[in-house]
Amino acid sequence: MTIDIAIILTPFIMAALIPIFYRRLRKNMIGWVVLIIPVSLFLLLTTYIPRVAKGEVYSHTYEWIPSFNLNFTTYIDGLSLIFSLLITGVGSLVILYSIFYLSVKESLHHFYCYLLLFMGAMLGVVFSDNLMVLYAFWELTSVSSFLLIAFWHHRKASRAGARKSMTITVSGGVAMLVGFLMLYAMSGTFSIREIINNIDVISGHVLFIPALLLVLFGAFTKSAQFPFHIWLPDAMEAPTPVSSYLHSATMVKAGIYLVARFTPIFGGEMVWFWTITGVGLITLFWGSFNAVRQVDLKAILAYSTVSQLGLIMSLLGLGSVAVYLGYSTETVMYTQATFAALFHLINHSTFKGALFMMVGIVDHEIGTRDIRRLGGLMAILPFTFTIAIIGCFSMAGLPPFNGFLSKEMFFTAVLNITELNIFSIHNIGLLIPIVAWVASVFTFVYCLIIVSKTFLGSMKPDIVEKNPHEAPFGMLLPPFILIGLVITIFFFPNLLGEYILKPAMLSVYPTFPSAEEMTPHISAWHRINTELLMTLGVVVLGIILYRFLKYWSKIYRLFPKQWTLNAIYEKVITSSENISESITKRYMSGHLTHYFVYIYVSFVAIVAGTFIALDAFEWNPTNDAVIENYELILVFVMIFAAVAILFAKSRITTVLLNGVLGYSVAFFFVIFRAPDLALTQLVVESVTTALYLICFKFLAELKPERSTKRVKISNGLISVFVGATVTLIGLTVVNYDKFKSISSYFEDSYNLAGGKNIVNTILGDFRAFDTMLEVVVLFIAGLGVFALIKLKAKKGDVDIEN
Amino acid sequence: MESLMMILIGILVAVATYLVLSRNMIRIILGTALLSHAVHLLILTVGGLKKGDVPLLSQSEGPFTDALPQALILTAIVISFATTAFLLVLAYRTYKTNGSDDLQELRGMPDE
Repeated sequence: MTIDIAIILTPFIMAALIPIFYRRLRKNMIGWVVLIIPVSLFLLLTTYIPRVAKGEVYSHTYEWIPSFNLNFTTYIDGLSLIFSLLITGVGSLVILYSIFYLSVKESLHHFYCYLLLFMGAMLGVVFSDNLMVLYAFWELTSVSSFLLIAFWHHRKASRAGARKSMTITVSGGVAMLVGFLMLYAMSGTFSIREIINNIDVISGHVLFIPALLLVLFGAFTKSAQFPFHIWLPDAMEAPTPVSSYLHSATMVKAGIYLVARFTPIFGGEMVWFWTITGVGLITLFWGSFNAVRQVDLKAILAYSTVSQLGLIMSLLGLGSVAVYLGYSTETVMYTQATFAALFHLINHSTFKGALFMMVGIVDHEIGTRDIRRLGGLMAILPFTFTIAIIGCFSMAGLPPFNGFLSKEMFFTAVLNITELNIFSIHNIGLLIPIVAWVASVFTFVYCLIIVSKTFLGSMKPDIVEKNPHEAPFGMLLPPFILIGLVITIFFFPNLLGEYILKPAMLSVYPTFPSAEEMTPHISAWHRINTELLMTLGVVVLGIILYRFLKYWSKIYRLFPKQWTLNAIYEKVITSSENISESITKRYMSGHLTHYFVYIYVSFVAIVAGTFIALDAFEWNPTNDAVIENYELILVFVMIFAAVAILFAKSRITTVLLNGVLGYSVAFFFVIFRAPDLALTQLVVESVTTALYLICFKFLAELKPERSTKRVKISNGLISVFVGATVTLIGLTVVNYDKFKSISSYFEDSYNLAGGKNIVNTILGDFRAFDTMLEVVVLFIAGLGVFALIKLKAKKGDVDIEN
Repeated sequence: MESLMMILIGILVAVATYLVLSRNMIRIILGTALLSHAVHLLILTVGGLKKGDVPLLSQSEGPFTDALPQALILTAIVISFATTAFLLVLAYRTYKTNGSDDLQELRGMPDE
């Protein structure tokens, strides 16, 4: 048990313990107990920072199923350390926040249990080196996200949102699994590091591009990239701490992690570059464009998260050209895009986490998140207003906040890429900075909307009546810590770059010799350059657009309602449900006879089909016993009786014919040297016949079958085929001599079991357990018979017998 | 003899199948009874017929007929008796409750 595995397992263990001990605690104590886990994990992980910054990596393998190459390998390097610090750090703040946010009347033990489950799963994702283990944790994050979105499961929207996120992320996850299996097929290993080392072997393989696309599909669905982003706004039905934690800071970044982790493998492919950059930029634009039209604060933040994730994604795409170009002093500048991506990833978690908590406070204190009903809250929520303004300005890319630094680096990266002459960038490459800039303008606009519609202007009368007040200290502390980071990072960005980002760059570009070169010096002031002019343009145009919002917001109505992505998704889901239901109804008719037909037809098709396909039929009558005349008579009597049952008009006739069959079987037992069987058969047959006759007293007389001729013929054909199949197999099996008979063992029954009747010793000694269970079957059948006869409709039920 | 028995078993199975596919409950139960007759004979025949004496050590010195199929069939006879009895009572109960022994009519609600 190494410390790395313990880090992953601790949240799971705690999640398992909560249901056991929560009753012993006061309800408001659960959160404090749970808080210990992420805080201690965070502190433990910070001790890794200086060591990892020196370039050390930690890997431990716990052999799980070595024969299938499945090993529980943990791997701590710069990249996974960034994510794990975010998971535990933001996790601590979110749990602290939710202690005050959630009422003690909620089922808190479920909430914290799911949250810890998520935390463990997410740590598992970033620490796993084995693809299969990574996949398992990946899906576990989807499951815990599902549970948390549906936390208020009495609300229909919560359930729908949970289902939607589950459907989209899990289908992406399954595609990713297929991609992983392809990688395994190409490289013969599930270990990511080994795949990276064998990159030359697999890069020319036919499955390489399909695997690339499938892995990206998984990453895009998880990170809410266009057009799969539609689940994220619906996921906002979750309690706000969850939105702040899973749906902005950590889980949605799992896709980013995956792309960064796989850049050494797939980076350098044109498909990889264009798919990630293109999808990222479209998401960036579409998210920010749509955020402007929202009226729910959480919806604005959801679309803004979508947009920011697109930004980070596109930066990773831009950075992947460095892998294609290989290392040289000129190409190293293209790695800056990846650096900016990781930098912005951290910045986004800080300001977006704070903003979500801010919205939670507004919702908690005022009772609504609708910006049409809010306004003028600055006077009563001054601290919350501070959080909002710092968070929003950071998101909009203004100094002195960390968002400004990463936004400038983003602009640098999109400008740099246009100078490249590969991947046909020279044709449409100019679009990259243009889209990025336009999207940033919209980002600025919705940031203004959040701040001014919520906190500026005049308060609505119904809110004044409620006399709201500022949130408790416990709810303000976590967002203040986050905005404290927002400002600190702006002033000391290179501390972060040196200790946290530099080692991560080595994980993304393992072939590059020195991390120093890939770590640019971040500074707020360069001198007047294109990037700064772009930011100024964003501010000016943003303010103009915000001023004239009501004039140009009409363009949102241009999009037809039935062609939004959500409507298409709903249409696909409902129509596939309808189609599958109608198909199922077509064969699940509720007629027992139909089901019998399915069983018999598949029996004939599979068994006889295999028999014919393998040419297994074999008939060798030379070893057959001699047929005596009386045996022949008995055979014909049985055939006659059997066929006559089909045509019998009265039930007495059928039962008597059945009796004839039963007694003939007993005669056969006598002929074939089985006296015990003959005796049993005679007794059982007599009792059965009597039973039939008793039952007839209560049952209706046989009616002629009212089936149509067609049904009768098809039933007849099925019966003949079933009979023929049994005969053919029987004839073949009789002469089967590939195995020696085991029966001679039982012939020593006197010495082994002390009995001279071999059949009896088998039943009563060798296979006594069988016989005992047979008695149990008889007993259960007897109970069933008794119950069915005694059963009466209960009082108050509808008595159908009358 | 074995080949002849196999043909007999085939016919019994065919008749049993036809009965099981019918709509009347009595016919279906009879079908299952016939099916168990056929299967008993099948197990016995597959083990080989008249290859030796009755499997009683006190009666002869051997060789004996294969005793294992006989033990299996003995179990099977009792079990099939139990199921037949249960099915008959089930049919009785169903008929008393619903007033019909036709499976088509017993289908229940048209749209469950």
